[in-house]
Amino acid sequence: MKTTSLKSALRAMATFLFTAAAPISLVMTDAAAEEKLRVAAVFETPIEEPWVNQIHVALKQAEKELGIEYTWSESVKAADFARVMREYAEGGYRLVMGDAFGAERIARRVAKSYPDIAFTFGSGIGPAEPNFAVFDNWIHEPAYLAGMIAGKLTKKDTVGTVAAMTIPEVNRLSNAFCAGAKEVNPAVKCKFSFIGSFFDPPKAKEAALAQIEQGVDVIYAERFGVIEAAAEKGIPAIGNMSDQWELAPDTVVTSVVWDMWPTVKQVVSQVKAGVFTSQDFGQFSYMGKGGSFLAPFHEWDSKLPSEVKDLIAQRKAEILDGTFRVPIDESAPKSE
Amino acid sequence: MNQCTNTHEACTISEVLEQVFQVGFFAAMIRVAAPLLFATLGEMFSERAGVLNLGIEGIMLLGAMTGFCAAYFSGSLWLGIAVAATTGIIFGVLMGFLTVTLGLSQHVSGLSVTMVCSGLAFYGYRLVFGQPSQPPNVKAFEVLSVPALADIPLLGPVLFNHLALVYVGFLLVPLAAFLLYRTPWGLSLRTVGENPYAAASAGVRVAWYRYQALMMSGALFGIGGAYFSLAQFNAFTFGVISGRGWVCIALVVLGRWDPWRCAVAALLFGAVDALQLRLQSSGIIDLPYQIFLMLPFVVTVAAMAVLARNARAPAALLIPYRREER
Repeated sequence: MKTTSLKSALRAMATFLFTAAAPISLVMTDAAAEEKLRVAAVFETPIEEPWVNQIHVALKQAEKELGIEYTWSESVKAADFARVMREYAEGGYRLVMGDAFGAERIARRVAKSYPDIAFTFGSGIGPAEPNFAVFDNWIHEPAYLAGMIAGKLTKKDTVGTVAAMTIPEVNRLSNAFCAGAKEVNPAVKCKFSFIGSFFDPPKAKEAALAQIEQGVDVIYAERFGVIEAAAEKGIPAIGNMSDQWELAPDTVVTSVVWDMWPTVKQVVSQVKAGVFTSQDFGQFSYMGKGGSFLAPFHEWDSKLPSEVKDLIAQRKAEILDGTFRVPIDESAPKSE
Repeated sequence: MNQCTNTHEACTISEVLEQVFQVGFFAAMIRVAAPLLFATLGEMFSERAGVLNLGIEGIMLLGAMTGFCAAYFSGSLWLGIAVAATTGIIFGVLMGFLTVTLGLSQHVSGLSVTMVCSGLAFYGYRLVFGQPSQPPNVKAFEVLSVPALADIPLLGPVLFNHLALVYVGFLLVPLAAFLLYRTPWGLSLRTVGENPYAAASAGVRVAWYRYQALMMSGALFGIGGAYFSLAQFNAFTFGVISGRGWVCIALVVLGRWDPWRCAVAALLFGAVDALQLRLQSSGIIDLPYQIFLMLPFVVTVAAMAVLARNARAPAALLIPYRREER
């Protein structure tokens, strides 16, 4: 921390000299007072991993629009998690964000020792007083809408999901997708595969190929790697996390998009205003708050029957005005 | 297809058989085994010469990265494969310097090479591509059906409807066996791995043979890694190898340091992996998914315990050769 103390000493000296000397000093002290909020993020996976990337993208946006200073560390495994969190906490960062799924207890323990710093982590469990807030990708609503599309598109009445592992977040999306498909087509059977990893595209692709062989003809790419299999076999796929249309324009019907911007904006403004509390920011990922949505149909806009598009538009409106609530089912899904 | 679920045992078994033993399963088995085969044969060569090459995991990852970069910028997938192999050779030489020239612990050297390579792969990728939101991709290898043979019912789609690299991988098996058992070079290599002092007294340059074996293994690791970023998948991502290199170490033992048996071991692993994915999504057997995911590893370990119990590793494996000492 040598450099920091040296810097602050220099800054103090400069401030003193200037306030004593000229009117220009006023500008300088103002600038120092309005120092940018320093935000750090700790990610367990590389930032290409779509889940983490959504947080990263939103923080990048905050860098531009909310004037924060943003740094991040990627691929921080559980063994290093505490060290990296502490480095940021002691390095003058006032808000530390990230995903804590692989290090839930570690993250909470570290946060406890820095009560003046705000910690906001993606988590499958609850917030902790005084300073550990959580968020999660509550994107079951667009997943449900995507399921409705899948239910309409399937010819063999079989839709599939290739997902990471049976954690609440993943189960929620997978079950919502299946429920949406069943609502419009009660004959639909849902298949699920878990690859046991957050980021193993070759494995996800192989799992998708196995599903397609077993009759799946619309597939939900909860994980990265599935769209490639669907493109190879010529069946429609639904992307996840970001608009993955560009990966295979003819294959990707739409994507279940998570937008972390409303969450990041809320958290950053709270910290800036000094009113941050350890709360669950999950609501900010709901469709109503703009935290999630169904991506545009792009190439598929002309291919989707207008009956299906109308159905989706109507259900979307119902979700937004609160008259339809997508059921939340976090039990481990089972293949049928 | 699922009418008899949860009724009685016999029905379930026939259902499983019906769902699993399809053309797609056998094709998947070969597809999953192919990249492992490259790396397993590579590891077999280096161990046959007396060096355990634990650089495998890292070299595969780095090969996947460099191969992808070369293919991405040149547009030639085969150039990507060549670059991946070259990358492997370079780190094979490094491995040789550490374990042969310096005579350091093979375990420690191998793990260090893996760490260095993983780090380099990560760093190099960021250097070249920055921080893309979506990994850049290439047009991956396409399926190459062998004319006439691919039309044979059942056998055709299983054996002759694959990516070019798959054929290369399986053709390497007889080639490796020929090299190892039928050439003076192979005899020298095996002797170096069994008794380097005897080999040396017969005029074989032990260090040179070990270097050659390590370069060969590196090249094959590189190709095995690039298989994932250029053939199995169309992009380099950091999870692209995720432990598959370590699996090959076990496959060499299960394959008793013999090319043919190594191929069978890789196919066994591929078969169980393809099987577990199909069982998971079939919905016939209601078990936690972790059990399915674990199957290929459990079967490999079990097979190793039963079949490779009496297997004898090359006698000089792990022992550095120092000319002056005896």
